[in-house]
Amino acid sequence: MDKSDAIFSGSIVEIENLSRSFGDQRALENVTLYIPRGGVYGLIGKNGAGKTTLLKHIIGAHYAQRGSVRVFGIDPVAHPVEVLSRLGYMSEDRDVPRMMRVYELMNYTRTFYPAWDPIYAEELREMFDLDPRQRIYGLSRGQTARVCLLLALAHRPELLVFDEPSSGLDPVVRRDILTAIVRTIADEGRTVIFSSHLLDEVERLADRVAILHQGKVLLEDRLDTIKESFHRITLRFEEPLNEAPTMVGTIDASGSGNQWTYLCRGDRSQLIHAAQALRAQIVQEAHVSLDEIFVSSVA
Amino acid sequence: MLCINLLVHHYRSIGVTGTGVTGTGMQIHIQAHDGVPIYLQIVQQIKYLVASGRIQAGAELPSIRALAEQLLVNPNTIARAYRELETAGVVEKRRTAGTFVTGLGSPLARKERLKLLRDRIDQLLVEAFQMGFELDEVLKFMQQSELVSHHQKKEEQHDG
Repeated sequence: MDKSDAIFSGSIVEIENLSRSFGDQRALENVTLYIPRGGVYGLIGKNGAGKTTLLKHIIGAHYAQRGSVRVFGIDPVAHPVEVLSRLGYMSEDRDVPRMMRVYELMNYTRTFYPAWDPIYAEELREMFDLDPRQRIYGLSRGQTARVCLLLALAHRPELLVFDEPSSGLDPVVRRDILTAIVRTIADEGRTVIFSSHLLDEVERLADRVAILHQGKVLLEDRLDTIKESFHRITLRFEEPLNEAPTMVGTIDASGSGNQWTYLCRGDRSQLIHAAQALRAQIVQEAHVSLDEIFVSSVA
Repeated sequence: MLCINLLVHHYRSIGVTGTGVTGTGMQIHIQAHDGVPIYLQIVQQIKYLVASGRIQAGAELPSIRALAEQLLVNPNTIARAYRELETAGVVEKRRTAGTFVTGLGSPLARKERLKLLRDRIDQLLVEAFQMGFELDEVLKFMQQSELVSHHQKKEEQHDG
């Protein structure tokens, strides 16, 4: 998406030419992303790809060494109150004061958020089965995640930023978190940005996806568009071949004899033309999962 | 054409006797690792549920939000699936009321059922040919199937 599109559709987050290093370790390199308002934005990448660093720029925990970050059109480092009061954040390590009791932490967090809805917070607490008297350090991993989810949701923010929200959680708690994401976007105009290495989760939830690799954006588009641009086809050639003939957009080919299976990127009709030019017959065509697209992109 | 008629009959008879599936109890299973786009999985499964009579004509589909929460998928994906189903004539939107399964008698719905059936027949034939059977053998086996005689008996009872 180019910038004029983003402004037209209304970006909630604009990141331009963002670079960041920690010592001589480069974490982000010239990242430009326009995250549209409304819908779910999935950030995928291996460990160390720069996902957490990028999200921390969005919440204003890191300043931009190079380039710029705007959230709601505002610089989150210069104006933390304006930005943070309108977003909900859940960090990967779920760092909350562990000595506090659940109700104390709720009251404490509430003081930071004018929009905090105490009735909704109480509903969430009951739904998540959290004992208000319990101290955080005594909670299970899943219950701690639910506390963090409650704290991120109770002021009904227009933007949710979740860093690996379901990593290391059991399916029940994972379901709570994914349900919260679905509900958030079902409410008109709200936006969720989340990073995940669980690609089936991203495939279920994301409208748009960015693949980060070694601090750079490798691929960024609507998930539908990405999926439609990858194809797996099996060709039958007239003669047995020792290796697969190259075709436009080939990422990978495997097979033997006269049957070869290709993973390709590009327009489907172009692919069919290429196969015809090689006088090959298309024996099978299959969809490609986001998982396979990711693996082939970062290979 | 014989087998098509039989199957259409079969679908109809289940449609009459089968229990209607109400809104949120709709059984749909999403396989995100499968590679098939999720909206397409939903479209195909609802078409199948309708064609096989597991969801009856006139039944209301769950709201977009309810199905999104049930399946844990993006509401836009459900909306896209419902739009495709509407275009295919399988469901219709009623203003302010919701999304309903259209009557099986409608020509579009019949077209859908035929397409579904043809896909199944193609699958069967591909497998049969791969196993080295000829077409007339396959047709003979179909006619000899116990399901056929069972179905014919039921038809006679209906007629008598």
